Amino acid sequence: MKFTRRDFLTTAAKGALITALPAGAIKFLGPDEVRADIDSSGKVRWAFLVDTFKCVGCGLCVKACKNENETPYGAPVTRTWVERYIIKKNGEMLADTPLGARDGFTDNKVRGDEVDPKDIGKAFFVPKLCNQCDSPPCVQVCPVGATYQVGDGVVLVDRSWCIGCGYCIMACPYGVRFFHPVHKVAEKCNFCYHRITKGMQTACVDACPFGARKIGNLKDPEDPVTKIVLTERVGVLKSEYGTKPQVYYLGLDENVR
Amino acid sequence: MIAEAAQHAEVAVHGMEWTVKELFTYPNEFIYWTIQIVMYPFLTGLVAGAFVLSSLYHVFGQDDLKDIAKFSLLFSFALLLVAPMPLLFHLQQPQRNWEVMLTPHFTSAIAAFGMVFSVYMAIVASEIWFVYRKFFVERVNELKNKEGLGNAILKLIYTILTLGVFDVSERALHKDERAVKMLAGIGIPVACFLHGYAGFIFGSVKANALWMTPLMPVIFIMSAIVSGIALCLLTYIVIMEWQKFQITRHGRRSWHMSADEVKGAEIDMVRKVSKYLIGFLVAAITLELLDLIFRGYTAVKSWDILRSVIYGKDFFNIFVLQYSIGNLVPFVLLLLPGLTVKRTVLATLLVLFGVFMMRWNVVIGGQAFSLTFAGYMHYHLPIIPHDAETFKEGLFGALLMGGLPFVFFWIFNKIIPSLKYK
Repeated sequence: MKFTRRDFLTTAAKGALITALPAGAIKFLGPDEVRADIDSSGKVRWAFLVDTFKCVGCGLCVKACKNENETPYGAPVTRTWVERYIIKKNGEMLADTPLGARDGFTDNKVRGDEVDPKDIGKAFFVPKLCNQCDSPPCVQVCPVGATYQVGDGVVLVDRSWCIGCGYCIMACPYGVRFFHPVHKVAEKCNFCYHRITKGMQTACVDACPFGARKIGNLKDPEDPVTKIVLTERVGVLKSEYGTKPQVYYLGLDENVR
Repeated sequence: MIAEAAQHAEVAVHGMEWTVKELFTYPNEFIYWTIQIVMYPFLTGLVAGAFVLSSLYHVFGQDDLKDIAKFSLLFSFALLLVAPMPLLFHLQQPQRNWEVMLTPHFTSAIAAFGMVFSVYMAIVASEIWFVYRKFFVERVNELKNKEGLGNAILKLIYTILTLGVFDVSERALHKDERAVKMLAGIGIPVACFLHGYAGFIFGSVKANALWMTPLMPVIFIMSAIVSGIALCLLTYIVIMEWQKFQITRHGRRSWHMSADEVKGAEIDMVRKVSKYLIGFLVAAITLELLDLIFRGYTAVKSWDILRSVIYGKDFFNIFVLQYSIGNLVPFVLLLLPGLTVKRTVLATLLVLFGVFMMRWNVVIGGQAFSLTFAGYMHYHLPIIPHDAETFKEGLFGALLMGGLPFVFFWIFNKIIPSLKYK
């Protein structure tokens, strides 16, 4: 059989049609459309305020977080943790966070060594959690887009999408990320997204007996957190990395890492 | 603290197995990138280096490198197939690996992997095809009249490899040569990109004080070429000398062996290749030292902890194993006059070891200190595996990755005898 030009053109047209039809069934969304789908309000920017003067290092926030977010209780990894800093009178800095301070700080021992209270110049506790950065390096480096930032500022991880390469863990200057021991994917604090989007507080905020932790909406000028961030002297962690962290601290010391 | 947590059987925290923490570290910090992430840049480096060596002949017309160039090209392909496997071994969800290709997130350096790798694979495969096309046709014609199942299978394989092109006229072969030259030419920047981007993966991690430097991709490319040339030279010598050794041992020449095979490694070519090796070695060391000096001189916030790692905890790994045994000793061995084949073997082995240690000191060394800059993490390579993870990310997983390219090359060489075919 001879394959004429007419045959060729007919076959080519059919082929093009067969290829194009299924492609037409897929809807392509632009970045703005996606953003609008995720966050239609644009009126929320979640932020966190930690008052280090109020923290006593009881570790109730860590306990509550582990229970709420099903991080294995015995595992040393945790979405939030509390650090203890001891600056001795001779200038030496000691810091620790045993099991993320899950069980609280109950003695004067740092890694087994007793610290004499007479030697201490100052000492304080610093709660840590994900900073939900404005320019999150973890989102930047994820090769498959499994970690992403929602319009209200919170950075989330899609457990069904994460390939577990660990690049985001490497990229976070704050060390908030880890591999979930059960799900085997990247895991981090998400401000208890399942709670705050329903009008509740985060588990750690609810658990703190001293009000050292607060969550708020920076786009609401009447929000207590916004008021403090705008009117008082607050600090953020490791601003030199250009990540624009959104966890604000009252009483941040230069020794805090 | 770690021992207490380990009591809970269900709590298999990734990294806890091989990480020992010292002083103040964040609770979630472990050595997450382990031996397989050392193997990954090591293997891609070998790919790039082997390809550059073959291009020296194909593009720059270094005719005395002809034999090793053809062999390097095929070896580069064998290495290329294995290069992504360490990443696969390292993933926590390896079954989702194809998401990197299907749903790439382009702000990530790793997302470029799919494209760069595929492009490079296509270039190397088509270059091999153009180089050996005539050979495939010859083999098909040779096997036409032979009987037996083995010959039929071989004929089928070679027929597929010709891709239906049987034109071996003078004109067609001339076109092939031009295509090879062009592909090898395009291949050099792509090979450099393939490996430079592996360096970029590390160099762009701003959270890691040791990794973050714009020099990283360039350092990676230079050491890649060094390691690739060293491995090709070593493998070439070993194969050639093994053939010679077999003949002297059996005292007879096998019927299928040609005069070229029994001569052993050509010392002139070995010397020439080793000169290239020295050149790239000097470039690599210069850049690495520049990086080190610059860090010490500028002494930014992270320098205190980096200094304690570089000059303290990792001193032996960096200055003894990497710079002295891996760089300085082979440098002297190759430079001393009257270079012999045996001396080259020792030197190339040391060079390969040096480049491996460089990768190790970057990947593991970069995680030897905490993000707090007030604590350390020590890596203990799992040797005897007791579960899938300690195998995958342990000594034997790494050895498997190191051995696979040779297995692939051995199989390829059965079909395409890269060292025999002229």
